[in-house]
Amino acid sequence: MYNYPDKRGYFGEYGGQFVPETLMSALNELEKLYNDAKRDPVYQKEFKELLGSYAGRPTPLSYAERLTEYYGHGKIYLKREDLCHTGAHKINNTIGQILLAKRSGKKRIIAETGAGQHGVATATVAAKMGLQCTVYMGEEDIHRQELNVFRMKMLGAEIVPVTSGSRTLKDATSEAIRDWVSNVESSFYIIGSVVGPHPYPMIVRDFQSVIGTEARSQIKKLEGREPSVLLACVGGGSNAIGLFYPFLDTSIKMYGVEAAGLGLNTSKHAATLTKGKPGVLHGSLSYLLQDKQGQVKVAHSISAGLDYPGVGPEHSSLKDSGRVVYASVTDKQALDAAQLLSTQEGIIPALESAHALAYLERLMPKTTRKDIVVVNLSGRGDKDMPTYMAVKTIKGKR
Amino acid sequence: MNRIQRTMIRCKVEKEKALACFLTAGYPTPEELLPLVCAIEKGGADIIELGMPFSDPMADGPVIQLSSQIALQQGVTLEWILSQVRLIRQRSEIPIVLMGYLNPIIAYGAEKFFNDSSLAGVDGIILPELPLEEQGRYADLISANRLANILLVTPTTSTKRIVLIDKGSSGFLYCVSTAGVTGSPKSKIDTNYIKKVKTTAKKNPVLVGFGIKSAEDAKRAVLNADGVIVGSALIELIGKGKSLAAIEVFVRRIKNGMQKR
Ligand SMILES: Cc1ncc(COP(=O)(O)O)c(C=O)c1O
Repeated sequence: MYNYPDKRGYFGEYGGQFVPETLMSALNELEKLYNDAKRDPVYQKEFKELLGSYAGRPTPLSYAERLTEYYGHGKIYLKREDLCHTGAHKINNTIGQILLAKRSGKKRIIAETGAGQHGVATATVAAKMGLQCTVYMGEEDIHRQELNVFRMKMLGAEIVPVTSGSRTLKDATSEAIRDWVSNVESSFYIIGSVVGPHPYPMIVRDFQSVIGTEARSQIKKLEGREPSVLLACVGGGSNAIGLFYPFLDTSIKMYGVEAAGLGLNTSKHAATLTKGKPGVLHGSLSYLLQDKQGQVKVAHSISAGLDYPGVGPEHSSLKDSGRVVYASVTDKQALDAAQLLSTQEGIIPALESAHALAYLERLMPKTTRKDIVVVNLSGRGDKDMPTYMAVKTIKGKR
Repeated sequence: MNRIQRTMIRCKVEKEKALACFLTAGYPTPEELLPLVCAIEKGGADIIELGMPFSDPMADGPVIQLSSQIALQQGVTLEWILSQVRLIRQRSEIPIVLMGYLNPIIAYGAEKFFNDSSLAGVDGIILPELPLEEQGRYADLISANRLANILLVTPTTSTKRIVLIDKGSSGFLYCVSTAGVTGSPKSKIDTNYIKKVKTTAKKNPVLVGFGIKSAEDAKRAVLNADGVIVGSALIELIGKGKSLAAIEVFVRRIKNGMQKR
């Protein structure tokens, strides 16, 4: 039976706790807090209630009839995380973590954000719980995700622009960790994906696994059987592992799709698992985009949420074991897929989710009418409108 | 016995407080490293710490972040740093400690790196990303190459853990003055905490680092410790373009200010 992480926070060879000593007591405390909460029916009830009445779960599993016809092979279902409150799967995790923060007694929340979806989801639950919230965001991302910046401000969060390094998610994460090191007694760090030191990759996975658990029972009801293929985009990897995790003990095929940016043969991509090598960044050992000297490379993706040179350690382990296949699609392919879903299904996807959709182009011809493909539609496209508006191939009419 | 131990014993015998000075290797330019080391040694520093620049230094404040970025832009690598250590060794026996992040070491090959370091004349290693829980294989490689494995305690470290960390550490124990990143401008140094560390750590001499900016800070820090580590304050002076003579004076003032007269 699949039983990672181990006691030391390792998924096979990957994971661990590569952090300054200052954070060790906080990480041990967090692990204990989480393990206690997991067994506490009061906590579990509160979590379920908020997922339902506040986040809007369960999210539908929609049959994509016209997209299915378009490809003409297997049946395509969409797990509609785009319908979650705040517009993406990120809220599943922030609800779980804010309830831990409440139990910890700490009054100040710190978060990092790339696309701003995690920042918005954190600012949202912090507002709901009446806690102070500081979000670190790279200056570059602040420019391309203006709408989310404003949302966070309206929700009462303080946005700290990060001007170091590449001014994107990697630097925002470093800066959030620095804040945490400096204010560890008073602040709770809500991390946004299955990255960082143990126990974060485990905690975030567990909170996001509601996606796969729901999808599994929904498809049983709709089709009376298991799906044949699962498909999700991979930035840090939280929406993907959320869908995959409840299915890991089956033999169902799984594909994680990374951002190939301008192409895998250029330096401008974010395909960590495809092109990276194991290394240590932000507290864990995992695949990493790096140069020969072990300096971290700057990632590129048109999608801010995938623009990260690292990836969650569990995905590194799943890659090496071959349990999940990792592929990548380019900026352009993702944009085309976003246009296609919009006109075929009346759903405008987030650019991140569009990466998963773009892989259908390669996957569907290999399927048969008996196959059922579940795509995690991790978020909606509202935040990406400025990007879509700037792209010539997005016309609104095909 | 390696150079760090010898130096710490000498300090103890002569009732002298030790001063370790941190330089980001290759900042402001690679050419300036050797002259800077010379000036700092002349100023009376007992130990030289060379920071190995990393693209994402999450335990460092803005000053060392910037110096690392500038060093990297000028092509600084671990190979180059070791070549500089060999040059220093041609004329000086000052203890040299390398401080840095894990990933460049992994990319170099950990086994080869610690071996090459030892051969170049390095005496100790500080890896702030490696808490007790992750020491395992690295601690073995470091000690197998007769390098001091200098571990850190911080204000959030429990007394029980201080004992374990002291046991695992060699050369000296790095007492991080405040919960924060390097160069933290935060509150005054908590002398009670330093006292706790000093009375708990039975094995190693205790050096206090992070946020020591002046002779006054240093004096306060060594009331209950064996020495200090000065980093960001020095890098800041260097960044302002201060002359080697001025750097030497700054170092001497800290070194002398700590001694009981
Ligand atoms: C809609 C959406 N999907 C996916 C991601 C990528 O993150 P992860 O790989 O952790 O799901 C993000 C990140 O911001 C996002 O906003």
